Amino acid sequence: MRDHLLAVRSEKAPCQTTIAEAIMSSREVGPSNSASPRELTQNPLKKIWMPLPCKNGLPEKHISQRKVCMTNCPTLIVTVGLPARGKTYISKKLTRYLNWIGVPTREFNVGQYRRECVKIYKSFEFFRPDNEEGLKIRQQCASAALNDVRQYLADEGGQVAVFDATNTTRERRQTITAFAEQNGFKVFFVESVCEDPVVIAENIVQVKLGSPDYMNCNTEEAMEDFKKRIECYENSYETLDEVWDRHLSYIKIIDVGRRYLVNQVQDHIQSRIVYYLMNIHITPRSIYLCRHGESDLNVKGCIGGDSGLSPRGREFAKYLGKFIESQDISDLKVWTSQMKRTIQTAEAVSVPYEQWKALNEIDAGVCEEMMYEEIQQHYPLEFALRDQDKYRYRYPKGESYEDLVQRLEPVIMELERQENVLVICHQAVMRCLLAYFLDKTAEELPYLKCPLHTVLKLTPVAYGCKVESIFLNVDAVNTHRDRPENVNIHRTTEDALQTVPAHL
Amino acid sequence: SGLMVSCVAVAQHVHTGDGQYPCRVSQVSQLAAALWLWAWYFLPFSSASVPQLTNSPTLIVMVGLPARGKTYISKKLTRYLNWIGFPTKVFNLGQYRRDAVQTYKNFEFFRQDNKEAMQIRKACASNALKDICIYFSKENGQVAVFDATNTTRERRVSIVSFAKEKGYKVFFVESICDDPDIIAQNITEVKVSSPDYVNCDKEEALADFLKRIECYKQTYVPLDDEKDRNLSYIKIFDVGSRYLVNRVQDHIQSRIVYYLMNIHVTPRSIYLTRHGESELNLLGRIGGDSGLSPRGHKYAASLGSFLKGQNIKDLKVWTSHMKRTIQTAEHLGVPYEQWKALNEIDAGVCEELTYEEIQEKHPEEFALRDQDKYRYRYPKGESYEDLVHRLEPVIMELERQENVLVVCHQAVMRCLLAYLLDKTSDELPYLKCPLHTVLRLTPVAYGCKMENIFLNVEAVNTHRERPVKQKGENGLKPSINVVNFLNLCLIPAIWGGGGGGGVACCHIVLS
Repeated sequence: MRDHLLAVRSEKAPCQTTIAEAIMSSREVGPSNSASPRELTQNPLKKIWMPLPCKNGLPEKHISQRKVCMTNCPTLIVTVGLPARGKTYISKKLTRYLNWIGVPTREFNVGQYRRECVKIYKSFEFFRPDNEEGLKIRQQCASAALNDVRQYLADEGGQVAVFDATNTTRERRQTITAFAEQNGFKVFFVESVCEDPVVIAENIVQVKLGSPDYMNCNTEEAMEDFKKRIECYENSYETLDEVWDRHLSYIKIIDVGRRYLVNQVQDHIQSRIVYYLMNIHITPRSIYLCRHGESDLNVKGCIGGDSGLSPRGREFAKYLGKFIESQDISDLKVWTSQMKRTIQTAEAVSVPYEQWKALNEIDAGVCEEMMYEEIQQHYPLEFALRDQDKYRYRYPKGESYEDLVQRLEPVIMELERQENVLVICHQAVMRCLLAYFLDKTAEELPYLKCPLHTVLKLTPVAYGCKVESIFLNVDAVNTHRDRPENVNIHRTTEDALQTVPAHL
Repeated sequence: SGLMVSCVAVAQHVHTGDGQYPCRVSQVSQLAAALWLWAWYFLPFSSASVPQLTNSPTLIVMVGLPARGKTYISKKLTRYLNWIGFPTKVFNLGQYRRDAVQTYKNFEFFRQDNKEAMQIRKACASNALKDICIYFSKENGQVAVFDATNTTRERRVSIVSFAKEKGYKVFFVESICDDPDIIAQNITEVKVSSPDYVNCDKEEALADFLKRIECYKQTYVPLDDEKDRNLSYIKIFDVGSRYLVNRVQDHIQSRIVYYLMNIHVTPRSIYLTRHGESELNLLGRIGGDSGLSPRGHKYAASLGSFLKGQNIKDLKVWTSHMKRTIQTAEHLGVPYEQWKALNEIDAGVCEELTYEEIQEKHPEEFALRDQDKYRYRYPKGESYEDLVHRLEPVIMELERQENVLVVCHQAVMRCLLAYLLDKTSDELPYLKCPLHTVLRLTPVAYGCKMENIFLNVEAVNTHRERPVKQKGENGLKPSINVVNFLNLCLIPAIWGGGGGGGVACCHIVLS
């Protein structure tokens, strides 16, 4: 009824009447009787509205930024599985992903602790179940690792710890669960089960033969020894059981992702972890990252905007097409943003392409289409704040790198699902994607070098990513601005513009 | 660029024509519409903000005894997939059976040895599959959910070969539950009131239904780890305490699995409200980041009292990053979380303008928006379609949570409401979300109960109705002259009728 009345009022005459009435009636309303709402102030770096501290000086606890890990409890992820089942691969990849989306995560590899304790590895005999001395050392290493886990989660602000070890006996897992309960950590098990001899042999070749343990062995010796090592674990291996372990939270990955068993997911972060683990694969493939060809605004030294390619940019696009053809890539997917310059670039590559709005360049808000010199002139404070913390700094009415990462998460998830992909994007976007693949920190990310007319070919190998940089021999302006020495808000214009690259 | 030049030329020509404003707008908008149509046919891209990542249609096949939540899952999943932009439809076999056999007598219909009934049931299944075919091939469907028990291997094998023949991907969703309490609860919530039991009292209905379940139990063969290892499926145990996922083939199946693993059936309520009336609201301006007006503050205080009165257990409060929602939450005296994803739609170049100013400065944009408000993207801004994609993680987290109050904005609230109430993309931009009103949504049976609570603090009305299409002069029947460009060619776009043509993304066209 009320809505109807309001609607009728505004239909009779345009906004004016409603405004007048509104202003009049708002004068009639007394001042808010709730003394509790706090004054808001906008944080100058991140442009986030925050309440001013309470009068009695207590820090505000009332609000929080939406972070991924909204639990107060830290989470302990525990891997489970025989050797060469991909536990370390999963640990490292998961850690990399969680850190990238902003969840402080660290992995603790018990094998590493063992290598530090027992300087020289002799043979598989160390792992025999009847080797009492070996068992003692291994137990100590596990305890040392758990100790470090506690310190990381309780004292160092870590939110997730990945405890990477075989953890193949129920007894060991019970110890860990008790430890977690004692310390107020949530536990999530990730078990990898695989009986395919081909996959296991491939794992051993890729990561075990090159391990410090087998530095002085040849391939056959190492293979033999490692296989015997696995056998030491096999007899006492108790897999996570549907009935016995029905109260534990876990995911069981079977045959490298053909099948998953998921039990008792407790919270948001575990749900995200499960989703991620269910989307990754190990099929060999390559990811090609490049920026659009040089654009007209690039040439002028302006940031942002939606301009087309310059003549050199068009030439790059042609060469890109030829390069892709020469690579003879099977089933290549091409992705672009929805900005003209990436689409024009893709047009030259004669493969169908898909546009993602999420791949659009960082929104520079009020600074769109300005040169750095103009930003310094009109917004010197903003310019300095950006240099102080380039990752978290949000342009007024724009975005930050931190926002970009959140925006790009579905792109990363789909990249994990796909095989051969060429992503034609923009400088800030490419930096974010690159930081994910090469495990760069938030501090390094905004300064990664992503020059125009250069293709980066990323190929997953062992536990990381091989990078090949291919410059396609078409000149372009440099758009990379290093962090200047002086980031003080009162610095001179000269100091501020010290690192601006040359342009027209 | 040739395209742009002639577009500008035509626009100018039209502008200097007779001074009739609406006519001018309509002609320019028709031109833009024609250009868009041209672009749609000839440019190799999709206009959605997320690439369309499916090729073959997907057939989701439910599996499970009666009262295991298959229809609940089917409807919910369909609602979600439609909302995120995958045209999806449920085909409920029970419905086909009710249409074929007008009156339901009792459970004897479902006895294994009832040959006549078996014939009818088989025919119904066959009809449903035929309709699925039509949905995929003629109605642009992308996902069909075949909601039936499908409890025998024989039935599933025939569905798989049907799908293989047609080139559809198949994904099974099996619900397994043996908790008698849950089953009894299901029967009470949705079976007892079904058309089958319209003339029975509760106890009779319950007893009959339990006998119905027994009929299926005898021949029930669940998906098998070994025998069905090459099928793609998810098995849901005990309403989500455990899941078995096998052979996820593609993107859409991965999204379906993620969604199914995040939903729950614990009773709870979702409260949606906009921020209190803002300074810019008072001035009739859209967007921006202003603070609350005095009435807005009053509303926020009332909201605080209202919530205390509701005595909600463990309420989570979410706001956007914009001042007006945060100021509103500040009055509630409880912790709140800020989500950037809940920010109001970005109106780009139209930020902080009044509708009159938009009409004045960007008349063609204004018209385009009215022609397809869902897909229309503000220059340097967003569309409702973009908003939906931005809000998907919010929906996912809303599904995981229990009692939540979301303090947001008009366009955002429309998107969330459309998801919860299963509104189409056509209806979504016109949903009524007035200021100073709390919507309380409580899942019940297969849908959502909605209570509309106006907190008795006056506010301006910010709702713009869908404009009425004028017959004749605004009819979409332009004849565009054929113009030759160096590399491109424009084909006359003549389409009849006043149908709501999909016209949008003007700035992409000009690119």
